[in-house]
Amino acid sequence: MGMAAAESQFHVLAVDDSIIDRKLIERLLRTSSYQVTTVDSGSKALEFLGLRENDESNPSIPSVCPNNHQPQEVEVNLVITDYCMPGMTGYDLLKKIKESSSLRNIPVVIMSSENVPSRINRCLEEGAEEFFLKPVRLSDLNKLKPHMKKTKFKDQKQETVERFEDSEVQQQQSQQQIIIQNEHHQAPKLQVLQPESESESHPQPTIEQQQQILQQANNNNKRKTMEQGLSPETDRTRPRYSGIATVV
Amino acid sequence: MLGFGADLLWADMNRLLAFLFHQGVLDEQFLQLQQLQDEASPNFVSEVVNIYFHESEKLLTNLRGLLMEREYKKMGIHLNQFMGSSSSIGAKRVTNVCVAFRAATDQSNRAGCLRALEMLEHEYCYLKNKLHELFQIEQQRALVAGVRYPV
Repeated sequence: MGMAAAESQFHVLAVDDSIIDRKLIERLLRTSSYQVTTVDSGSKALEFLGLRENDESNPSIPSVCPNNHQPQEVEVNLVITDYCMPGMTGYDLLKKIKESSSLRNIPVVIMSSENVPSRINRCLEEGAEEFFLKPVRLSDLNKLKPHMKKTKFKDQKQETVERFEDSEVQQQQSQQQIIIQNEHHQAPKLQVLQPESESESHPQPTIEQQQQILQQANNNNKRKTMEQGLSPETDRTRPRYSGIATVV
Repeated sequence: MLGFGADLLWADMNRLLAFLFHQGVLDEQFLQLQQLQDEASPNFVSEVVNIYFHESEKLLTNLRGLLMEREYKKMGIHLNQFMGSSSSIGAKRVTNVCVAFRAATDQSNRAGCLRALEMLEHEYCYLKNKLHELFQIEQQRALVAGVRYPV
């Protein structure tokens, strides 16, 4: 997408209380050519992101902007966090990031060793971009780049259009043709869903409509992940825990 | 002659790996670990596995102590950790025993917990021995291959 030079600059913040999983995710991310910082807790993650809870300004760091949040010391393009952590869970961290005006545009990905649909749903509804089942594979990380590229565009409207197009491209590339066709049947007037480059010649649907489609598309994508407990693009058919049901 | 030795060792290593997969001791996640090892990270697998051993031994000691005190909830938390790290390195049988063990703690079933702990210790020891064996063969092979193909 013409951002080859920027690829090596994507910086991921990985949060996990397990030292082994931190080592693993770090290696996975480095292998995928991302810069990585790992921390072992949600509070350390927020600290790294420059978010202070109660104070307006940090006396040890000169305030650059007059807003009542701490400017990010280092740019982070994505946060990937474990769900189950003592103290602040991954979900709590996700919430705090999405509630922060300075951080809410940072894409957040949740990892968990347990396939609990209600948990997955909750995270996605709170704004997580993806939910990975552990152990995370290299192939899972291929899904991260589109989310990180989104953060390069500050303009909200541009971002919405971008996300919509990315979502569309992703769906076309994977085996989600069925979903597109379903949506097409459901909303025949919204011609932007047609493949190839017809979107330019047709009037764009309103932002609201776009967001609805995006929401539906994303939910369909992620619901599939949720139901199967698997990423649609990868063929992970390994049995988990010899068929013992997961514990809620 | 030395080259022949390297090939034999390579075969030994693969045979052991195949055996461990067949027995369900390891699963594909272990292969993923191996794939993450390269010139940039030549000791990645043994580094991770050694951390795993270190963590696991602490967990096992804690588990035994907690069981004596009937601290089922805390045991559950430890087991979650053990399960997670075991699954992350592909230790399938150990992970499975952890699951059964955790079910026993959920029911505060002391006898069940005792049995599960014994089984866990047994599986863990077996895994550790086999992985040490694997690393030994790999080290030997690297030595021999190094002689055959001088850098």
